[in-house]
Amino acid sequence: MKLTDKAEEILEALWIATEENGELSMSLEQLTAAADDAALQELTRLAFIEVKGTRVHLRHEGRDEARMAVRRHRLAERLMMDVLDLKGVHGDERACEFEHLLRLGVDTKLCTLLNHPTTCPHGKPIPPGACCEKARKTGDLGVVPLTELKAGEEGEIAYLATGDSKKMQKLMSMGVLPGNRFTLRRAFPSYIFRIGHSEFAVDAELGREIYVRRDGA
Amino acid sequence: MSNLHESESGHRKVVLVGNPNVGKSVLFNALTGSYSVVSNYPGTSVEVLRGDATIDAQTYRVLDTPGMYSLLPITEEERVGRTILLTEAAEVVVHVIDARNIERMLPMTLQLIEAGLPVILAVNILDEAERLGMTIDIPLLSKRLGIPVVGAAFARKRGYEELCAAIASYTGPAGRAFTYAADLEQDMARIAASMHGRYSLDRRALALLLLQKDEELTAQVATAEGAGFTAIETALREVIFERRSDLHLTISMERRRLCRSLLDGVVVQSAGPGTSLADRLSDISLNLWTGVPLLLLILYFVLYVFVGQFGAGTLVDFFEGYLFEEWINPFVIHLGNDYLPWYWLRELIVGEYGVFTLGVRYAVALIMPIVGTFFLAFSVLEDSGYFPRLALLVDRLFKRFGMSGRAVIPIVLGLGCDTMATMVTRTLETVRERIIATVLLALAIPCSAQLGVIMGLLSEVPGALAIWTGVIVLIFIVIGLLSAQLLPGEKPVFYMEVPPLRMPQLRNVLVKTLSRMHWYFFEIFPLFVIASVLLWAGKMSGGLKALVSLMEPTMHLLGLPNEAAAVFVFGFFRRDFGAAGLYDMQTSGLLSATQLTVAAVTLTLFVPCVAQFLMMKKERGWGVSLGIFVFVTLTAFGVGALLNKLLIVTGFGL
Repeated sequence: MKLTDKAEEILEALWIATEENGELSMSLEQLTAAADDAALQELTRLAFIEVKGTRVHLRHEGRDEARMAVRRHRLAERLMMDVLDLKGVHGDERACEFEHLLRLGVDTKLCTLLNHPTTCPHGKPIPPGACCEKARKTGDLGVVPLTELKAGEEGEIAYLATGDSKKMQKLMSMGVLPGNRFTLRRAFPSYIFRIGHSEFAVDAELGREIYVRRDGA
Repeated sequence: MSNLHESESGHRKVVLVGNPNVGKSVLFNALTGSYSVVSNYPGTSVEVLRGDATIDAQTYRVLDTPGMYSLLPITEEERVGRTILLTEAAEVVVHVIDARNIERMLPMTLQLIEAGLPVILAVNILDEAERLGMTIDIPLLSKRLGIPVVGAAFARKRGYEELCAAIASYTGPAGRAFTYAADLEQDMARIAASMHGRYSLDRRALALLLLQKDEELTAQVATAEGAGFTAIETALREVIFERRSDLHLTISMERRRLCRSLLDGVVVQSAGPGTSLADRLSDISLNLWTGVPLLLLILYFVLYVFVGQFGAGTLVDFFEGYLFEEWINPFVIHLGNDYLPWYWLRELIVGEYGVFTLGVRYAVALIMPIVGTFFLAFSVLEDSGYFPRLALLVDRLFKRFGMSGRAVIPIVLGLGCDTMATMVTRTLETVRERIIATVLLALAIPCSAQLGVIMGLLSEVPGALAIWTGVIVLIFIVIGLLSAQLLPGEKPVFYMEVPPLRMPQLRNVLVKTLSRMHWYFFEIFPLFVIASVLLWAGKMSGGLKALVSLMEPTMHLLGLPNEAAAVFVFGFFRRDFGAAGLYDMQTSGLLSATQLTVAAVTLTLFVPCVAQFLMMKKERGWGVSLGIFVFVTLTAFGVGALLNKLLIVTGFGL
């Protein structure tokens, strides 16, 4: 079963209106759809929605599909913003087009790549998918900046993302290399971590650019 | 291959290289027996030290290079270190490493070997590594690397004889190459094949450095190859594009892989002991809740009790009050009066501002005990490894002032001698940080000599010391915050290696203190004499009077008597001259409580002494230093005038 783009957008709008804004239904006018709209008919046939006069209701059967449509939309927004660096209206428009491509497991892959984000760039929650629940259970939060760790946690350095290559070279020549195991000794007032028998200190700015894989709980 | 590179002096050269804090300087001292600063703080040993050593009846010239992490230089010091390696044609290069961190430091040994340098590896601090449960198979490591390797603990005199024997019997580089991953080898071969010039570096090693965009060597190769450089440049660009990743990372990872396989079976780690006392102390110094009280405790004991009460009190009383006042001065003045028939000469030597009565007396009796005790305490703290911890404790606070935590070292040193501290600001990473630190040193950090006199002076008036401290701290904070906002330039980033805390070693502390005292006397003592001569010339010619009367209107602005003008003029020649002049005025009852407080604050903020100004000019250039001079002068008198009004309105001291 593959919904049309328009049908997905109607589901999204209905889910946001009912689940997030506490409304009972939306009018046809709000959905910019005529009563005989093909997408509405498609959704009615699947029993996802119910049209009563000019009001459109999201049925229980359609909630899961709607939730996942919202999830795909917000994941697409994160991709535009965080990875492709497309911001503002331009990024939003591209996200609207891109979200429809995120089916058949592509959303799971993207979600894992983005490290299971919980909010969209506008601050709205991203409904968690099965992959997020699984990651939460196994405690594998993927690769996070050093600053996300608490004192006493251990892990392995994944990569260095510093934009200033001189600083990265310096860190690497000091022995802060991907693949090295470390223990975070302190997280305040500076980040102090131990590799082998040496201790290093970095401030929060640089700590955010050292990505680490933390040991499972 | 035994090419004896001989320098002009006919000495064979031994160059010491390695990371900071691996014991290079200890080895240097042991080899040459001369002074050098052993420091825990990365970047203090900026200067290159040279000395002579006799090994097996042969004289060697020994060079101690600044700490370097890699043959690919990033900092100024590393650039200096590499230049020495490439140009000095050493007979032997001794790479000193810390046994505890052998895996992390061995990659540089590989770089030195593949560069074709005559390397001997010294695995130092072996005693500590053994305490941590590590055993290192030195003969096996030597066999695998193909170079002489010596196990050592130079601070415990262990391994010294073996190293000397290895130097004496050294036969030249082994010419060993380490095999990297096949694709990297191909890339290296491709670059090396297009080179035709003659280089002091092995071509393979040179190719690796070019691939990592080493600017200095790229320029050198461009000159050496001439028109042929275009081919190299094209090859480089193609390799870098084909890789589409950072080659520095790739090469670093390859070297680590090589080192791990080299060390397999060489290093055996058994379970070490639990947390030691040093670890626990380190934790205390790094925790904000215990670290700040510890800092205050240290400041109280070091500055107030040791330097203030013992140095500026007990010792100065003895030297100045007893030795000079009672014995030396009367004797010298008597001699002068008897044997110097000319008035002007008598004035120059033993007069009011005489070279002896003012210059020598101040330098020896007043400044030496204070600065000496400060340097001693500073060296103890430095050798223990406390300063890097202090730096990271205050980093967040200092960021608000536009500086990284590293800047705390020159600031603390400034409480001893601002001139030396201004010189040390060059170890800060960005120009912006250096300028902010220089301004704060010039304005709000009183030196130990000044502190001693001012504290003594103000403690007689209740509340004055609190007002003085409050104003100076406020100015430090306000100017720090302002300059962080106003000065353009990149934001400071803080990262460093934290050396382990250790018991200060008596010898290190003495060497550091003595070399600082040595510097102080050679740099500052002549300035005392010059200052005395200038003051004398001013007095004899009437120029001093003119300058003083020029200053008098400013004194009215501050609500001070005319006599205070002289204090400020002297204050420029030596900050402490000014403070001492204030002391004279106070004892002769010329100043009220308000006036004393205002004068002390203004004098503390006022333009640095002439030595500090000259150092500012040397480090920052004319433009910046004159700008700071004007700014500091205006701020000092502005704050003084404001404080005067405020104290009068609030009725302080009436």
